[in-house]
Formats: sequence, C-alpha cells, structure tokens
Amino acid sequence: MTEEAAVRIKDMLEKDEILSSGHRMCAGCAAPTIVKLMGMALRGPTVVCEATGCLEVATTIYPYTAWKIPWIHVAFENASAVASGVVEAYKVMHQKGRFEHEHVDVIAIGGDGGTFDIGFGSLSGMLERGHDVVYMVYDNGAYQNTGIQRSGATLPGQETTTSWAGKVSPGKEQRKKPIAEIVAAHKIPYVATVSPYHRRDFIQKFRKALEVEGPAFIHAISPCPRGWRSETGKSMELAKLAVETGIHPLYEVFDGEEYKMSGPSKRIKELTPIEDYMKPQGQFRHLFKDPQWEGFREQIQTWIKEDWELLKKKCGVE
Amino acid sequence: MTVAKDKISIEGLTGDAAIAHALKQCDLDVLAAYPITPQTIIVEDFQKFAADGEVQTAVIPVESEHSAMSACVGASATGARVATASASAGLALMWEILYCAASMRMPIVFTVANRALSAPINIHNDHSDGMGMRDSGFVQLYCQSSQEAYDTTIMAFKIAEDHDILLPVMVGIDGFILSHNVERVEMLPTDVVTDFLGIREPVQPLHPDKPITMGPLALTDYYFEFKEQQDRAIQEVPKIYKKVEKEFEKLTGRSYGMIEEYKTDDAEIIILAMSTMGGTAKAVADVLREKGEKVGVIRLKMFRPFPVEEICKAIGDAKAVMIFEKAMSFGAVTHPLAMEIRSALYEAENRPMVLDFVVGLGGRDVPPTTFVEGYEKTKKYLEKGEAPLYETLGVRK
Repeated sequence: MTEEAAVRIKDMLEKDEILSSGHRMCAGCAAPTIVKLMGMALRGPTVVCEATGCLEVATTIYPYTAWKIPWIHVAFENASAVASGVVEAYKVMHQKGRFEHEHVDVIAIGGDGGTFDIGFGSLSGMLERGHDVVYMVYDNGAYQNTGIQRSGATLPGQETTTSWAGKVSPGKEQRKKPIAEIVAAHKIPYVATVSPYHRRDFIQKFRKALEVEGPAFIHAISPCPRGWRSETGKSMELAKLAVETGIHPLYEVFDGEEYKMSGPSKRIKELTPIEDYMKPQGQFRHLFKDPQWEGFREQIQTWIKEDWELLKKKCGVE
Repeated sequence: MTVAKDKISIEGLTGDAAIAHALKQCDLDVLAAYPITPQTIIVEDFQKFAADGEVQTAVIPVESEHSAMSACVGASATGARVATASASAGLALMWEILYCAASMRMPIVFTVANRALSAPINIHNDHSDGMGMRDSGFVQLYCQSSQEAYDTTIMAFKIAEDHDILLPVMVGIDGFILSHNVERVEMLPTDVVTDFLGIREPVQPLHPDKPITMGPLALTDYYFEFKEQQDRAIQEVPKIYKKVEKEFEKLTGRSYGMIEEYKTDDAEIIILAMSTMGGTAKAVADVLREKGEKVGVIRLKMFRPFPVEEICKAIGDAKAVMIFEKAMSFGAVTHPLAMEIRSALYEAENRPMVLDFVVGLGGRDVPPTTFVEGYEKTKKYLEKGEAPLYETLGVRK
C-alpha cells in the first residue's frame, strides 16, 4: 500500500496505465479519461467490479480486454453487491491464511443508470453495511449505452430518447437526483464530486477515497459527445463548464456531516450562466429555439442557483 | 472406513437446521443471504454460529436476494467457498443472477426451502420456484429428509467445486413440510467433513496479482461457445455425483442416488415424485402391494441434469408411470416433470402410459388418498387405453 498517487504530469506519465488504448469507447468520451485518472490514484493491489454500461461493454469485448488490472462484471444493478462479496471474501481468506494480501482496494464502477436508478438499492445496502469499497459513478446524464434514455441523473431540459423535446414537452421536466448528498446521508466516511477537467483535484480525492476505512463514493461528471450531441473535442471544456455553472459543483463530505467546498468551486465568484454549458450541446438546443421554453430555462437556472446557495451554506462558504 | 458410532452426534433437527449445521461444518468463507420464509432458519442459525464464533465466515446480510446471489458471485470469483439460501419470491428476484452464477462457473451452494410463487402470496410448499430456475444452469438436488438435506448440502460443495463441474448447486427441501419438521439427524464430526471436502482450489480466481477480466461481453462470435462449454460441464455431473456419493457412503453408509427406486423391479404402475412426496408414495405403495397391486415408486432426487438413463431403466417395462408434481407450466403440453419424463421415454421400446397429476400447489396437503385417487384413475385409463395429458388432483373445480 505504499505506491504514491501520481498527481504531477511527470509522475502521471510514469505511472502504469490501468486501461490500454484500443478500447472501443466513442471518440471524445470522458469515461476512459476518468478511469485513467482513477488509475493515477491507485496505491497497491486493486480489483474493479463494474456494472453493465458503456464502459463495461466497450472495454471487454471477448476475447479482448482493455483492463490491465483484475476486473469483474456480473450484471447491471449489482456492482455494489458483487464488490461486497469480493472484499469480504479476501478479508476472510486472508484471516484463514489462504490469501496473501491483508488488504485489497476494491473499486466498484457504475454509470448513472447503474447507480442513480437500477443499482441504487444495491449501492445503499453496501453503504449501510459499511464494506470497505470505493464506488465511483461516471455520470454521463443518461442511459447512453442503450441509446440515450433518461435516467435519474438526467438534467431538467435535457432531451433524450425517452424525454423528447416536443411541441408540448421541454425534454426532461424533473430535477436531477442529488446522488452525492443521498449517499452522504448514509453517513459514510467520504463522498466527493469530481470533474476530469480538474485532474489534480480528481486524483487527490480518489486517493482519499481509497485511504478511508469503510465505504467511499466518487461522483464524476462524464461528458458524452454522442448523447450530448457535442463536439468530440469539447468534452473537457464541458467538464469544466459543468463546475463553473454549478451544475456539477466540486465538494467533499466527511462522515455525512462535514461539507467542504473544493478549490475549483470555491474560487467561483459568480456562477457562469447555464446557457454557456447548454449551448454547445445539441441535447438542449430546443430550449433556445422554441421561445415557449424560456420560462423553463429560467426555472432550471433558478434551481441550479438555489442548490448552489444551499451547498455554499453547508460548506460554510460566504 | 465408516465413522465410528461414538463420533457421530445425533440431534433432532428441522430441515433448515440440518442445512445450517451442514453449512457450519463446511467451513464457508462467505454466506450472503436475505430472510424469506420458510428458509429463514438456515440464515438465523448460521448467524448465531457466527455470533458465537463457531464459524470463520463472512456473513453478508444483504438488502435483497438479488444482491445475495450477486455477492455470492463476487465472493466465489475470488476463490472462496460460498453459500446462500432462499425460496419462492426471493429466488425469483435472484433469477437474473442465477444465470450469471452458472455461466460464470461459480460453484455456489444454494439451499432452497421450496415454496409457491406469488400471486396470491403463499408461504407454503410447492416446486414452482425450483422449476422456474430449471434452465438457469444450476444443478438441482431435491431432498426427502432432514438427514438427506444435511448429507446433500455437504456433498453439494464437493460436486460444485470439482474442476470438471464448476457449477452452482441447488439443494431443495420442501418448505415447512421438511424445513420445519424435526427429524433425527446423524451428524459427522467436523474434522471428517473438513477432510472430505478439503479446501476449495479455484481454477482461475479474481486475484490482484494476476489480472484477468471476468464476465466480459461476448457477442455473436463467442457467446455460443460459452454455452457449449457450460452444457458440457453439466453433462459431467452424474459421473462426479456418483464418485462423491461413493466417498460419502464410505464415511456414513448412506447414499441416495440420482433417483431412489422402491419396489420398481416388477412394478406395473410406477409412482414418480420428488422430495417429501416420495415418502408418502412409498407408504402408499406398501399398502397397495399388500392388496396385491404391483406398484413401485421412483423418487427423483436430481432434476438437473436430468438422469434420463436411470429413469428409463427404472421404469423398465411398467405399463404406466404416474407423475405427481407440484408445479405448473401454464399452457405447456404437460407440466415440468411430466415433460421431462415424456421426452426421456420417447425412445423407449415399450413406452408406458404417462399420467401427469398436478398436486399440492401452495402447500395443499397431498395425503395418501390423493395417490390412491391417481392410482384408481390410472387403472381406468389403462383399461380404456387413453388418458388426459394432465389433470389436477385435490383442488375444487
């Protein structure tokens, strides 16, 4: 457990990659970047348990795999349960002298569908039981793998193939599930939100998540050019704008109680208007084309501002 | 060498408790389970053993049966010895992961107190849950007594973990009828069980030092090969089952076979049933034999893989086979057990008349008179030379 996290570029280049090139993720997808940043934080023996999703199907098309570290997938809604079994099995086999490592970092990964929705019960169970697992959600805001359907993580106003923008509909009408806060409410040791644009913040937080004893949760925003209908070269820019607009603020929660705003969010004097985030994405185009949705757009902005103010209060930021 | 009598401990145990005791002696690494009647005592008893430090097992009290089987797959993937227990709706909730467990070749032992499926919700025995998972790839063994439940649970690990098999095994007991019925059980000393089972030797475990990818995506070019291999593995089960039973018999003097035959040699009419109905059927056969009727019984223990040869041999030249089964396959030609038997007998030289009596759904009692009713009907059908494909007995119509 001695390997340092690679935070400086020089160290990052020297650290072993956990995901090889040649995987079949879409051009511009942020998920492989997120996995590689996660890899920069690793400290020793590690096993990944993954939920069904884009990342899973596109990195492990048999007989190939892009994963250089041990990896298991069983189904969509159960990554947390699988991880619970893996971590406890290692522990007990070590106690019985049948497994050499005293500790293995067990990481569960799911997309937003596998985390906010179908895998939520399994996640909550794992958190309540207190298994020493880091769960990371890469949140691309919809069921992108099956063709861009709405999830509990889809933003209001977002058009998906199950929340169409139409003559009488502005896309998804409901708000996004506040997953990080729901997870934090389980009073687990560590919760953090991250953006792949802020790599240093990402790696440091992931390392903290590995270091705490008990469950930890990382919520990563993961731009998806295919679903968001954005340019493939703009993903990191959107990951930055998600933070600046307050759509994906960066913060940590310790033991479910102590909220701490992270640097990139703390430095924000005034939120960037959500238009700046929405306009480069085709999935919000209707909100600007059809004047009847102007009110709804304002409503979304109000929601984001309210959430931001509330978060600042929780973090003790003026 | 049979274990000396003074080393054997004898207790009155319910089917559930007998299984819990067996699990305790199998040195489990992980047990992940969720409570559901009538299986719950297995988990409760095991948790008590854990609380008293009598087992060195990580017990994971999961939030659902779906997660129970999922945690079992994760744990089994690391090379651990793993078990779970469930019934009915809980088993149904596991359904998706049952297929994963089998296809990922995880030797999990799954003890089931067989119970009716909803709706209406009903906590009592039938075999709808077991029949519902019959195509999942699990080996299925149904027990008639608490002793058999104890013995089979121990043997199940040795069968599942055999390198020629590597498949999960379901051990079924009839909910309430056996799960809550106290019977005399002879238990082996733990060190004998330990020697019998040994420690699981995983073939390709999920290990941090040896990176492998487990549970990948396999499409049109490879999925079928996975299934081909899985099929080959389950076909190996009879061979390994016989080997394991032989070893077990050496220790205990007990063995059960894939089927149990009772007075079938000269039988003209054969009763074929599973689990506790086997006991009733044997008593009925005795009474009918006293009256000069040539009746025999086959109690099917192994439903998957289906022991075709043994069944055909046991049926021999009988004129009729009366199947008493506790599940329905709605809209099918017949119900699950009869479908298997009919298929098995298709190539037989002297095909007997096959009667399918569906009985006991939702725990409806199946008394000896139900068997006699079926027997009387069968004789009439034989005279007439024709019979319905199936009928229900013991139900208001």
